[in-house]
Amino acid sequence: MSQGQYVALAYGVVFVFVLLWVAIIAAKLARLERETDELANLARERSVDG
Amino acid sequence: MSSRNNLPVLAFATTALLGIAVVLALLVAPEDVDQGVSQRIFYFHVPIALTAYLCFGLGAWKALRLLSVGGERRDLESYTWIHQGTIFGALTLITGSIWAKASWGVWWSWGSNQLVLFLVLFLFYCAYFMLRFSVDEGARRERICAVYALFGVALIPVSFFAIRLASDFIHPTVFTREGPQMTGTMFGSFLVCWTGITLLAYVMYRIELVGKRTDANLRELREALS
Repeated sequence: MSQGQYVALAYGVVFVFVLLWVAIIAAKLARLERETDELANLARERSVDG
Repeated sequence: MSSRNNLPVLAFATTALLGIAVVLALLVAPEDVDQGVSQRIFYFHVPIALTAYLCFGLGAWKALRLLSVGGERRDLESYTWIHQGTIFGALTLITGSIWAKASWGVWWSWGSNQLVLFLVLFLFYCAYFMLRFSVDEGARRERICAVYALFGVALIPVSFFAIRLASDFIHPTVFTREGPQMTGTMFGSFLVCWTGITLLAYVMYRIELVGKRTDANLRELREALS
């Protein structure tokens, strides 16, 4: 590998790490949204029953 | 604007600053006479390493505040800073390894104290997560984790100053008592990169903290509703 390719590899690794982090946070956000929906439905059912 | 609402602005500012930082590091900063193009890794590697130290330090500070003042939120803040520290620590090791290979032909040198000490610091904080997830949630876990985070902070100055005290060939010392050993353009580019990376760590910390707090609130809500 040339020196330039090593530089590209180093910057690429940083970029991929940040992208990976964004993907993990996006997955977490989707889970939180799903759980919030479940709880909202539960609260609605309670208010109808009660 | 409240600190809660400035996160999108901060995220946009960080993205813009990092874009400028990449342009400065790869296109504007002059090529190093000794190392050639591989020296351009320096503009991201060193700020990432300094940010890792900062994150571990802030994690320890929050742990100290937890032990002295108390408060569940400080446990979450300390944990989140340490998590950021391990992310940036891993990046320091990887980018440093690539730079070493490009410049000196080796991926790693066990004989170099500063490399080994940074690895020890990184592994110490990796073990923090094993400890955290092996103890039941509650005040006991908060205190144990806080004490562990505080112990780790002692390794930061050892690791940081090892670069200055070591006399081996592999790790250069750019910042000496006489000032930065680089041109003004190089130093300016470095400062922009450092600011961008530090802001990135802060934005990541804030986003993760919001996620973890929301998670905890949802758990409480679920218990209250069930």
